[in-house]
Amino acid sequence: MKLAVQLYARARDLAGLDQVELELIEPASIGDVRTALADRIPELAPLTRGLLIAVGTDYADDSLTVAAGDTVACFPPVSGG
Amino acid sequence: MIRLTHDPIDTHQLTESVRDHAAGAVVLFLGTVRELTEGRRTLALDYEAYPEMATAKLEEIAETASRKWPITAYGIIHRLGHLDLGDVSVAVAVSCPHRVEAFEAGRFLIDTLKEIVPIWKKENFDDGTTEWVHPGLDASTDTPVSN
Repeated sequence: MKLAVQLYARARDLAGLDQVELELIEPASIGDVRTALADRIPELAPLTRGLLIAVGTDYADDSLTVAAGDTVACFPPVSGG
Repeated sequence: MIRLTHDPIDTHQLTESVRDHAAGAVVLFLGTVRELTEGRRTLALDYEAYPEMATAKLEEIAETASRKWPITAYGIIHRLGHLDLGDVSVAVAVSCPHRVEAFEAGRFLIDTLKEIVPIWKKENFDDGTTEWVHPGLDASTDTPVSN
């Protein structure tokens, strides 16, 4: 399945893209998204383990299964305030 | 009331918005752009958010705080975009019947905001370099900006 992943902050700058489309084998987990991101965008590989991934408006851990059409975002640790 | 905005924050209006006859205490927290961080001189900060999730997380934080403390009213505004030294980046106002709970609730709101709300700041240093602030990640992957 195809899955679009939004990128923010340094992740977006390193990728040079604000969204990337990944091709995943079903069933796919957030862990698979993490691996596919690093494969697709080597610049993100050094960061991958520190990146946070959200599905919808909630943080997701690596075991969560994702479906085509989910709103998925990936970004480094937050620093608002 | 929760808001993300690119405009300057009207802190007086925010404070007035939480005043209420049921409240005997109003606490206002302002986060402002600081010049020195670990010896490096900042000229400006750029803030960006994942707006849909940031708004949802702020609402979640406010709901949690409202369960823990008897909050009469609250308002949280986070500014986005390019901010100069001294500008207000975030304002949290909370009113409660008594001061102890107002201080505790205000502290919880800003502390939790900084932990979980998807907003990021990028430092613009006086040597012409820029650096995203990502606690726990090595900064060496940022690209210096040439002067």
